[in-house]
Amino acid sequence: MSRSGQPVQPWPIRATHWANAILLVILAGSGLQILVAFPMLGAYAEPYRWYPLQDFTPPAAVRIGAWLAGARHWHFAFGWFFVANATVYAIYLFASGAWRERLFFPRRDARNAVETVLHDLRLRRDAPRKVGLYNGMQRLSYTGVLVMAPLLVLSGLAMYKPVQLPRLTALLGGYDFARAIHLLVLAALTAFTVVHVVQVILHPRTFVDMTVGRRARAGEAP
Amino acid sequence: MNVRASRRKFLAAGLLAMGGLACDSQRPRTGFLGAMERANERFQRALFDPHRLAPELPEEDESDEFPAYKISERYPLAPGGWALVVGGLVERKLVLSPADLQRLPRTRTRVRHHCVEGWSAVASWDGVRLSEIARLAGANPRARYVEFRSFDSGYYSSWDLESALHPQTILAYGMNGEPLAPEYGAPLRLYSAVKLGYKMVKFLTEVSFLPMRTGGYWEDRGYEWFAGV
Repeated sequence: MSRSGQPVQPWPIRATHWANAILLVILAGSGLQILVAFPMLGAYAEPYRWYPLQDFTPPAAVRIGAWLAGARHWHFAFGWFFVANATVYAIYLFASGAWRERLFFPRRDARNAVETVLHDLRLRRDAPRKVGLYNGMQRLSYTGVLVMAPLLVLSGLAMYKPVQLPRLTALLGGYDFARAIHLLVLAALTAFTVVHVVQVILHPRTFVDMTVGRRARAGEAP
Repeated sequence: MNVRASRRKFLAAGLLAMGGLACDSQRPRTGFLGAMERANERFQRALFDPHRLAPELPEEDESDEFPAYKISERYPLAPGGWALVVGGLVERKLVLSPADLQRLPRTRTRVRHHCVEGWSAVASWDGVRLSEIARLAGANPRARYVEFRSFDSGYYSSWDLESALHPQTILAYGMNGEPLAPEYGAPLRLYSAVKLGYKMVKFLTEVSFLPMRTGGYWEDRGYEWFAGV
């Protein structure tokens, strides 16, 4: 799909990708430091029974901000840059038309996604063909992770302003539930990142694409 | 070549040092983090609607346990002959005894309480609206800030006037239908639907309407000043 001579990953995608990586590390680290002050989900003395990690304190090595006040300042300072960066990305994605080959469309991608998983699980011998830039499973995961961004921001806003944004907070199940959503989406994002990094190690060429921006050659499937 | 390399190193070290100063976790109200706090205050003030009420909750939502905090080693007890002093830029300085406070229009609010630590809990609070106190004292409109002081080892906090005059900001002498207990700030504490818990000064001694903001016990140690919810 990529035209010959065009980078597989155009520069706005590469720039926002790495800015996002740095910002997510800062936000996750400061968020986990904030969590330490009350490492429970649910209202005070009414912990959610379904949450298995009640009272679990994340290790100091993954925390940023040193203490509650420090971490809150980091979190609320860099949250804006996360939103700004995500907005730039979203504008580029739609204005450039890149969404067509990056987002998941069930009709085009669902079958391919299933076949990719079957192949990765060694249940299917042939790897399904990529459809343009990505295979179906890649589109599904990348689109899933894009949905997480607004969920993170909205649940964060509901916790930040539960009184001034009553409809948003109610929509997310109230202050305590929004807090749970915020942490669970972070957990999902971490799981994605682990798989993502493993896949990049298995396919190092993609790392080159996302950093220096290798150009696709004529006749080569990107 | 060598010069360029060392210049690059110097620049990198300088940027790192600036970055370090700009984001000082121990002094988060200074540098870049402090500038972002001020930007966030503007955002919070823009979102704040003085007429928007936090939902009043039914009695069955009251928490079985409600955490209590203090700065002193023990819960401080009110000095004999305790009275609340209302001063600053006011037409009439007030000295209000417990009996005086009980005679003022009583209001009850039962809303979700949000602590900076992340927990929430619910209690009902009985008391007098701060807006009523401001009216009685004749607070000067040039006083854009209100400072609350206590006998809990100097614990204090300063507020923006809009949040202080919110209908769900009260000086509370009762909790869950009982007189306020020492753990919760007896004989009188600030309670509000629109701020984080650490802004709600307990063991009150003095309310001052001031033309400038001051700090607060936690604010002076690095916690955010506005702290609206």
